[in-house]
Amino acid sequence: MSEKRPGVLPTGTVVRVDAQAQWDAAVRSSKSREASFTSVSGSPLKPLYGPEDAQLDVERDLGLPGSFPFTRGVHPTMYRGRLWTMRQFAGFGSAQQTNQRFKFLLEHGQTGLSTAFDFPTLMGYDSDHPYSEGEVGQVGVAISSLEDMQTLMAGIPMQEVSTSMTINGPAPILLAFYIACGERAGVDPKLLRGTVQNDILKEYQAQHAWLVPPEPALRMICDVMGYCAQRVPQWNTISISGYHIREAGSTAAQELAFTLANGMEYVRRGVAAGLAVDDFAPRLSFFFDSHIDFFEEIAKFRAARRIWARKLRDEFGAKDPRSWMVRFHTQTAGVTLTAQQPENNIVRTAFEALAAVLGGTQSLHTNSMDETLSLPTEKAVKIALRTQQIIAEETEVAHVIDPLAGSYFVEASTQRLEDEAQAYFDEIERRGGIVPCIEAGWIQKEIHRSAVAYQRAVEHDEKKIVGVNCYQESDAGPTIELHRIDKSVEQDQRARLAALRARRDARRAQRELDLIRAACRSRENLLERFVAAAHADCTLGEIAQVLREEFGKYKEPKIL
Amino acid sequence: MSATSTTTGSSADATRRRIRVLIGKPGLDGHDRGAKTVATALRDFGMEVVYTGLHQTPEMIAEVAVQEDVDVVGLSILSGAHMSLFPRVRKELLSRNMGHVLLTGGGIIPAEDIETLQQDGFTRLFGPGTRTEDIAKWIEEQMQRRWASEGDQA
Repeated sequence: MSEKRPGVLPTGTVVRVDAQAQWDAAVRSSKSREASFTSVSGSPLKPLYGPEDAQLDVERDLGLPGSFPFTRGVHPTMYRGRLWTMRQFAGFGSAQQTNQRFKFLLEHGQTGLSTAFDFPTLMGYDSDHPYSEGEVGQVGVAISSLEDMQTLMAGIPMQEVSTSMTINGPAPILLAFYIACGERAGVDPKLLRGTVQNDILKEYQAQHAWLVPPEPALRMICDVMGYCAQRVPQWNTISISGYHIREAGSTAAQELAFTLANGMEYVRRGVAAGLAVDDFAPRLSFFFDSHIDFFEEIAKFRAARRIWARKLRDEFGAKDPRSWMVRFHTQTAGVTLTAQQPENNIVRTAFEALAAVLGGTQSLHTNSMDETLSLPTEKAVKIALRTQQIIAEETEVAHVIDPLAGSYFVEASTQRLEDEAQAYFDEIERRGGIVPCIEAGWIQKEIHRSAVAYQRAVEHDEKKIVGVNCYQESDAGPTIELHRIDKSVEQDQRARLAALRARRDARRAQRELDLIRAACRSRENLLERFVAAAHADCTLGEIAQVLREEFGKYKEPKIL
Repeated sequence: MSATSTTTGSSADATRRRIRVLIGKPGLDGHDRGAKTVATALRDFGMEVVYTGLHQTPEMIAEVAVQEDVDVVGLSILSGAHMSLFPRVRKELLSRNMGHVLLTGGGIIPAEDIETLQQDGFTRLFGPGTRTEDIAKWIEEQMQRRWASEGDQA
């Protein structure tokens, strides 16, 4: 067309409109595949995105890396300055076994530690409690005392390595063990670096390892924020986590919205407890899932940064730019792993890890291929770590910051997720805030609704999973080696605890427990008391029992 | 086939006994996505479903099974504690004269453990990737067979 009338084309726009009309007609007259063209979260997707879908004010909505609103990343140099931390979540059996796995990971180039605890520890029970029978060391390491923590960290330089601990209800107690462990090794708490997950709100919503009801739990979180601001200043006091919300079945928008809503609640509580927002908000970090929908996930990470920056600056009045930043850890999506043809999980994990990197994560855990069958073997863990190293060293993707910015699709998705999250914030506010929403089971129901919708989509073949509802193979079962926890772990752990109780100064331990009880009834900082109790060899279960007696037990609302 | 198409439709079906199922979460494990999804799906298939909620002891689950007079108990564990907790639930059921219930379950359970548990009364266990429709059909088939043989004896 343009060759026939050289020089007389009115504007470029006319050409674009003609081309658009041609393309529309071509699409209309073509057959499309039988498929549901939606994101994995069920959002409809157009076949093509253009400038009209991504109407950006570049300065307002994107900014530059390291500056407001941080859409493009929290650091000016991103991975040119420093690669993300490769942090494989590990923990199983005894403290000694996990200590060996930690050293194995550090030897193979891992740069930070991440601790998985067993269910008794997560729920605040000692390994010798009747509820712990059969569960000790199964899904993580059993840590019941300062002594166990010292075994876990033996030979690891605590002033050099950063340690993440995935623990929530009893997080302040485990953090106290860690601080005390450092003090025993001569490490000043000011030098300790790491994270406690300590995100109790998402426990009630999704992960379900709680200790006491929301209000006293939130008070303890404020105690942790207050204590660490003074004495453990490099510690990330809460890792506000969407991971478990997503794994429980939420959509990407729900993960984003509930996580940030929880984060804002912690900020409100901290301020209400008398802390200045800029004294604790810089130590809040985040933890997201990287699911299988590549572009939706990248958009989610970008939206998270932009929303938080705007909320913290404009609604909470934070002045310190570090308070505005979403620094986050990412784990690839456990729920996308299949028990069928488990080696395929290596591929899924690689795509998910790449999305996390393109989304600007600060640290990353890649799942191992065998995790739908048991705890990962060393071989599987190593492949998962190597996956990150291949992304970092071979693909060359880490050289350019936020490389997908300006993509019409990615920018439109970022905006969509921001809008959907805001709609949820408004709904939560209408329902009286996050705690009433939890107590009414509303958030749990929202997540459940999404989980059921996804399951139906898979069963109706609207969403495909290779090896599960397409490309199936005969039921030969996996041939990969399994990692099992020996029964002796539980017996040994019981014996160690019995010896500890016999050996310690029983009167001193009892006195510390009494002081904790008194602190529960006053406004004294509980973390301070827990550190003292740790030094007196009080156990996790003993401290948690005082808290249960003083604060009561949490009862989950019925949603089914 | 849609989830609702197998629910009771004809008048003959309407008089048929409804299968009563208890979905239980024994132990400290907090992973309840599977248990709740299955509970919802079985309900959609026309069964009466009671869900225990989280963090139940074997005794608590057996007690609810008695109170609700269920035909089926389905347990879900993703914490690796199945070899301890599944048999303990069965023992508690037996001690309450609930040996007749159909026992099943699911979660992250290695194949060799499934074999052992099958020897211990857990007729069938379902792993990740199972269609909820397959679980419902299997339960229905098992219960129809049991009720038919009870009818023969009567």
